[in-house]
Amino acid sequence: MAQEPLLEVSHLSVTFATENGPLPAVRDVSFRLSAGETLALVGESGSGKSVASLALMRLVPPAPRVSLGGSAHFCAADGSRHDLLALAPDAMRRLRGNEISMIFQEPMTSLNPVHRIGEQIAEAIIFHQGASHRAALARAGELLEKVGIPDAHRRLSAFPHHLSGGMRQRVMIAMALACTPRVLIADEPTTALDVTVQAQILELLKELQHANGMAVVFITHNLGVVAEIADRVMVMYAGLIVEEGAMVPVMTRPRMPYTRGLLHSVPRIDPETLGSAPLTAIPGTVPDPLHLPPGCAFAPRCAHAEPACAAAPPPLEPAGEGRLVRCRRWRALAEAPA
Amino acid sequence: MANFLLGRLVQSLVLLFIVSVIGFAVLHLAPGGPLAQFALTPGISHAELARMAHQMGLDQPLPVQYWAWLRRLLGGDWGHSYRDNQPVLAVILGRLPATLELMATAIVIAVLTGVWIGVMGAIRRYSIFDMLATIGAMIALSIPTFWFGLIVIYIFSVNLGWLPPGNRSTIGGGGGILDYLHHLIAPAIVLALVEVAVWSRYMRASMLDVINQDFIRTAHAKGLPARTVLWHHAMRNALLPMIALAGVEMPTLLGGALVTETVFTWPGMGRLLLDSLGYRDYPVVMGILMVSALLALLGNLAADLLAAVADPRIRLR
Repeated sequence: MAQEPLLEVSHLSVTFATENGPLPAVRDVSFRLSAGETLALVGESGSGKSVASLALMRLVPPAPRVSLGGSAHFCAADGSRHDLLALAPDAMRRLRGNEISMIFQEPMTSLNPVHRIGEQIAEAIIFHQGASHRAALARAGELLEKVGIPDAHRRLSAFPHHLSGGMRQRVMIAMALACTPRVLIADEPTTALDVTVQAQILELLKELQHANGMAVVFITHNLGVVAEIADRVMVMYAGLIVEEGAMVPVMTRPRMPYTRGLLHSVPRIDPETLGSAPLTAIPGTVPDPLHLPPGCAFAPRCAHAEPACAAAPPPLEPAGEGRLVRCRRWRALAEAPA
Repeated sequence: MANFLLGRLVQSLVLLFIVSVIGFAVLHLAPGGPLAQFALTPGISHAELARMAHQMGLDQPLPVQYWAWLRRLLGGDWGHSYRDNQPVLAVILGRLPATLELMATAIVIAVLTGVWIGVMGAIRRYSIFDMLATIGAMIALSIPTFWFGLIVIYIFSVNLGWLPPGNRSTIGGGGGILDYLHHLIAPAIVLALVEVAVWSRYMRASMLDVINQDFIRTAHAKGLPARTVLWHHAMRNALLPMIALAGVEMPTLLGGALVTETVFTWPGMGRLLLDSLGYRDYPVVMGILMVSALLALLGNLAADLLAAVADPRIRLR
């Protein structure tokens, strides 16, 4: 896609001020997102993927508790370009929930318990599009129908506690889609859903992408979902991008040992090896972001680490097939079988 | 709903019974008695005192006296005052409006200012305002109501002459609503002070709890203005626990009202209680006790009903 990217993030960094010193949650993250594209953001809990997306929505607490670095240029519907990280709060609010919106991963607590779900969906439509209350509610009903809520128009007057977790997540999705955003950030949107519903939701997102050219940043640790929907994959570890590229090469020929580890941690149903192929976990845990190792953040857990890995941080470098890898040893590892 | 109300009624009757037993027992445990003052009358004989005690039924064993009182009460007879032989219910009902007026004014002041201080403290946490509000609440909670009342009288009535030092209206004056309001200012503020402190602290905690909830982040993610998020999404949730607080604070407020009334010579139930206690006027004291307990129970019932209206998750069973 040669067209101008919808969202161009350069050198995004998010640092929390804590009592024990600065905590770098996201470090030097850059990526581009074009219309209609789906970028999967993959990584363990604590890798910085949720914080990065909240920073793009400017939903992290204000300075001095959190400092943002870098830029995130967003191309609005009227053709104007804005740096999401530098935009005035009022201007940002007009984009948020309207042109760029987000689905959160906690469906049980992300809806207001004392307001009816129809009102909660209609609210954004009224606010951003100046729709009448009646028109906004009608649109909310259509949205609920679209996300597969049975008897949608009657459910408009339901309260969140009337709905199951999966239903609530669909309401969240309907809410995020209410103003047909150009960019949707979906943070684990299908984790709470069972697989059949999950497939429906993924299908729905694809449809909307085709219809409106909506771009999606899909945060997940479900690699099966990645394979299903992503055009590109970005793997994060300890706040850094460690591997980025088109979905097929990254998922089939991962270069970074961490990506390999992630892929090997997924149970497979393969009749030939059923019950005999061991499931390999990545040893150790994510490093404490307050005490990051001086070299490669993954080196302490890496089976292929050399002394050089622990000495200095490796650069993010091109590794063929349009991908980027942050690993000193990717060439050596590319030749060896995974 | 009907089941809930029925259950509550039974519960309340049991509670009222327990309150009456304890009250009756404690009251009669106090030394002296209704006849103690007559004992000082020159020339009165023991025989005469004994005859009066017998007439009033005071020579009966306590359980018998209690049973007699309860039986009359169940029959709608609250008894007569030992002091002036007025019917107890009429005496109390005559004083109740003044007390309710004072309490209602104080609670309005307390809720409005307390909620405002709490919300501001929560959204500007650790600001100078928040620190001052915290310290102020600690001080307000530590000040005894009667002392604060006397200080207010000293400053605003004695020194500045702005407010009347007591009573509900100018004695012998034409009255008028402004005169009533003028007399209401000082006692209502004195009574409200402690409640303002309580409400601001609870409201601050509740608001802080709510604004860190996920659904507030959702509201922000919709692009709603901060004001809408605060008033439409946060406030309603933060006020829910406050409704229960209002019910719980009811007896505290009533207790405060009794003290305040005494300081400001407010012609309400508080002064009646104090005077009646002095005379060991058992029927009146018991009457006030029962009315107070009833008010507290009604306050809690109202709070529960209101909570069910305000919070769709609550269903009364």
